[in-house]
Amino acid sequence: MLAYKLAFKNLFGAGLRTWLNVSVLSIAFVIIVFYNGMLEGWNKQARRDTKEWEIASGQLWHALYDPYDAYSLQDAHAPVSTDVQKFVDKGDLTPVLVTQATAYPQGRMINVLLKGMDPAQKLVKIPTEKMLVKSDGIPAVVGKRMASSAGLKKGDNLLIRWRDRNGTFDAKEITIVDVFRCNVPAVDNNQLWLPLNVLQTMTGMTNEATLLVAGDTYNKKNIDKWVFKDETFLLKEIDDIIKTKKASSSVISILLLAIALLAIFDTQILSIFRRQKEIGTYIALGMTRSRVIRIFTIEGSTHSLLAIVLGMMWGAPLLGYFQKAGIPMPSVADAAGVAISDSIFPYYSMGLIMTSVLLIIISATIVSYFPTRKISKMKPTEALKGKLT
Amino acid sequence: MENQPIVKLENLTKRFPVGKGEFTALSNISLTFQQGEFTGLVGPSGSGKTTLLNIIGSLDTPTEGDAIVIGQSISALTHKQAATLRNKSIGFIFQTYNLLPVYTVYDNVEFALLLQKRSAAERKKAVMEALEWVGLTDKVKSKPAMLSGGECQRVAIARAMVKRPVLVLADEPSANLDSKNSHHIVQTMKNLNRELKTTFIFSTHDEKVMQHLDRIITLSDGQVAKDEQLINSKI
Repeated sequence: MLAYKLAFKNLFGAGLRTWLNVSVLSIAFVIIVFYNGMLEGWNKQARRDTKEWEIASGQLWHALYDPYDAYSLQDAHAPVSTDVQKFVDKGDLTPVLVTQATAYPQGRMINVLLKGMDPAQKLVKIPTEKMLVKSDGIPAVVGKRMASSAGLKKGDNLLIRWRDRNGTFDAKEITIVDVFRCNVPAVDNNQLWLPLNVLQTMTGMTNEATLLVAGDTYNKKNIDKWVFKDETFLLKEIDDIIKTKKASSSVISILLLAIALLAIFDTQILSIFRRQKEIGTYIALGMTRSRVIRIFTIEGSTHSLLAIVLGMMWGAPLLGYFQKAGIPMPSVADAAGVAISDSIFPYYSMGLIMTSVLLIIISATIVSYFPTRKISKMKPTEALKGKLT
Repeated sequence: MENQPIVKLENLTKRFPVGKGEFTALSNISLTFQQGEFTGLVGPSGSGKTTLLNIIGSLDTPTEGDAIVIGQSISALTHKQAATLRNKSIGFIFQTYNLLPVYTVYDNVEFALLLQKRSAAERKKAVMEALEWVGLTDKVKSKPAMLSGGECQRVAIARAMVKRPVLVLADEPSANLDSKNSHHIVQTMKNLNRELKTTFIFSTHDEKVMQHLDRIITLSDGQVAKDEQLINSKI
């Protein structure tokens, strides 16, 4: 207790130098919490959106299906058996048929994926019910990215050409009945969503599917030839990107912290050099050297406690504001290829705050301790004269 | 206890390394100090006064011989034991006061008691009593920068005396003071010596201070040149 009392008195007595160090450290603390909170918020939002729009509670894949190999689509489809159909009827699963096609928007030619889904499904947020409206061509819904890249809007007609299961080309016009906004590129980029039964008819793959989206009531087991892929597997890409981002954020955190800690280290060196008389006096009054070292270490590390308090004072309202208002993300951020919304809402968990607090306190204590080792070699008689040996 | 030696120096020698050679600061000193003595070490600069005080105060150790202070051999003490001895039994008064600048007068005097882990009530009583001895009860909230040299030295005396030590070591306590303050300081120390039977050993150059001493030990080139008992010292 005495050590803390002395540390606080000495720190407050040091005036501006203390507050400069504390301010720099508090800025580092708030930025570390902010940056990691932003990544955590992005992670949560990306996982939530991907589940809501694409994977629900998991997917059953045809054994040959590989989302990264377009050629696998040719063979990766199979009929929905009676056993599977029971789950579909109960609303536990919804089949999706995927096939390649070519679209011709405004005279251009682009490769697209046609995805068929039951308009009555409720497992994902894609507005498939919009496909029930009457239209000139085959009703289709597209995401904002697809609409933007192909120059499409609601009501537009579009010629598409595809191969049926026998390899024969066919072409028809579709009508865009809705453009939906979502943050998940995997259900948006170069994709056209059609009614499942229409796509099955177009391709001659009656009652067939490439994959089935599972709801949270599904038992998460393989069935027939369908292999169940759980959330961990399906969200691995997001997790990997977040891990990479966290690694780069660690570098930024370390750099910020290093700047702040350098100031504390420098102050400690200066303190020990300038306050030798004081150190000698402490020893003359009956303090052991180890106790003097402890006082100086606590004094240095107390910078971190003050920085955390100061950081909380100015950082909490600021971080709270960002948490409510969100941080606008530039449209180019979509290029990252993962679900990223127009605004990211940072998420500051207790774990994140406590980890940052501990990181600051421990690192400040370490850099405070090293310069004080000089005291253990100091002769009290020389220290009293203010002469470093 | 009255006739028990507080400090006993036996063939004490202290050498310091200087370049490749050695400098002998104290050479074969044997002295005894009884409880309640008011003794001054006098001599020119470099004669060994401060070195002798440092060894008696367990801030330094002898190269040869030994110093027995309050029954403890300084050469045999560990750092921790030496710190305990200083904290419990020895008070220091320095030429440059060595007050802790960020603390108030009260805090400076209280400091030694904080190390002894005494209760807040005990500390307050002892601090106020010590400040009363030196006449500074009206300056408790002042910081050292706001005090005159004489007042600073009186705070230093209060800090040395607050723990009621057996022995007080003062290194040139009046060197930075004018004659009026110098007289006041010595008078204060002398009164405490009489009232509390505290042993005072201090180094001095000041002729006026010497008039108050019971005993004067003159050092020259690290040796005792003269050891005089003065019967009629000024009060």
